[in-house]
Amino acid sequence: MKKLAQYTPFILPGLVLLFLIGLFARGLFLDPSKVESPLIGKPSPAFSLPELKQPDKRLDQSLFQGHVTLLNVWGAWCVACHEEHPVLVELAARKLLPIYGLDYHDDPQAALTMLEKDGDPYTAVLFDASGDVAIDWGVYGAPESFLVDKHGVIRDKYIGPITPEIIETRLIPMLQQLQAEP
Amino acid sequence: MRVVLTALMLLYAGLALAIDSEPPFADPGLQARYEQLTHEFRCLVCQDETVADSNAELAADFRRQIHGMVEAGRSDAEIRQYMVNRYGNFVLYKPPMQRSTVLLWAGPFILLLLALVIVARVVRRRARAQEGAP
Repeated sequence: MKKLAQYTPFILPGLVLLFLIGLFARGLFLDPSKVESPLIGKPSPAFSLPELKQPDKRLDQSLFQGHVTLLNVWGAWCVACHEEHPVLVELAARKLLPIYGLDYHDDPQAALTMLEKDGDPYTAVLFDASGDVAIDWGVYGAPESFLVDKHGVIRDKYIGPITPEIIETRLIPMLQQLQAEP
Repeated sequence: MRVVLTALMLLYAGLALAIDSEPPFADPGLQARYEQLTHEFRCLVCQDETVADSNAELAADFRRQIHGMVEAGRSDAEIRQYMVNRYGNFVLYKPPMQRSTVLLWAGPFILLLLALVIVARVVRRRARAQEGAP
C-alpha cells in the first residue's frame, strides 16, 4: 500500500506530459503551409481579365456558368507549377472538365513559351499582371487550384501541385458529385 | 570599432527601408494607420513575418492593396474585413476572440489559477507539517 502511495505525486504530471506528447505528435502531422480558404462555399469573386493567348479578348466570372470548372493558378516563374504541368496536361486530355488558368505576376512571353513547349491544358488563361485578382481569390502561393461548380460557387481548393493521387481520390469524386447537382 | 558599428547599423537601416516600396503618405496620420495595419497582418508565404516586415512578393502585393485602401478612405475595420474575407482569420496576427479561440485566450489565466491553487495547497500542507513538528 505504501509502495503505491509513493507514486501518486507523479500521476497528474504524468498525465499532463502524455497529453502534451499527444498534442505535439498531432502537430507533427499538420501542414501549416496549407491554410484553409474562407472562400469555399462562396461565389467566385468578380473579375475582368485579358486572355493570355488573345490579349484583346476579356473574360469574367460568367465563364464558370453551366459547367464544373477547375481554375488553376500558376506562373512560368513558379517551379512547382512546372512540376505540376504534365499532370494537368494529362488531366485535360481526359476531357473530364474544362481547366482554366490564372497566370499571375508573369511575363506573358515566358508563359506562352511554357505552354508551347510543355503543352497547353487550358481552355483559356486569364492573365493577371498585377496579382490583384489572385488576392481576391485568396491566393498566397502557386500553384493553387479551385474547383468551381455550375453556378460559379467555389467548392474545393487544392494548395500546392495537383498530383495524380489528388485527382483520383479527391477531384474526381467531388467532380462527379458536383456534376450530379442540379 | 565605432566606425564599423555605425557602418553596420547604416547598412541595416538601408535594408529595413528597402522592404517597403510604397510611397509614404503626405498625411502623417494616414502613414501611421498604414504602418499600424501592415504590422497587423501575416504574410502567408513566410508565416512568421508580418506584411510590414516581409519582402515576399505576396507581402508587397498586400502593402499595395492596403496602401490603396487607406488612400481611398476605407476604415481600419473595412480593411481588416477585406483581408479576412480572402485569407481567413489566420491572416490576422492577433486572433479574434470567438468560440474556437476561447481556450487560446483563456488558457493562460486558467493555468495561472491552477498554479495558484497548487501553490496554496502546498504552502498550507507545509505550514501544517511545521506546526506538528516540535
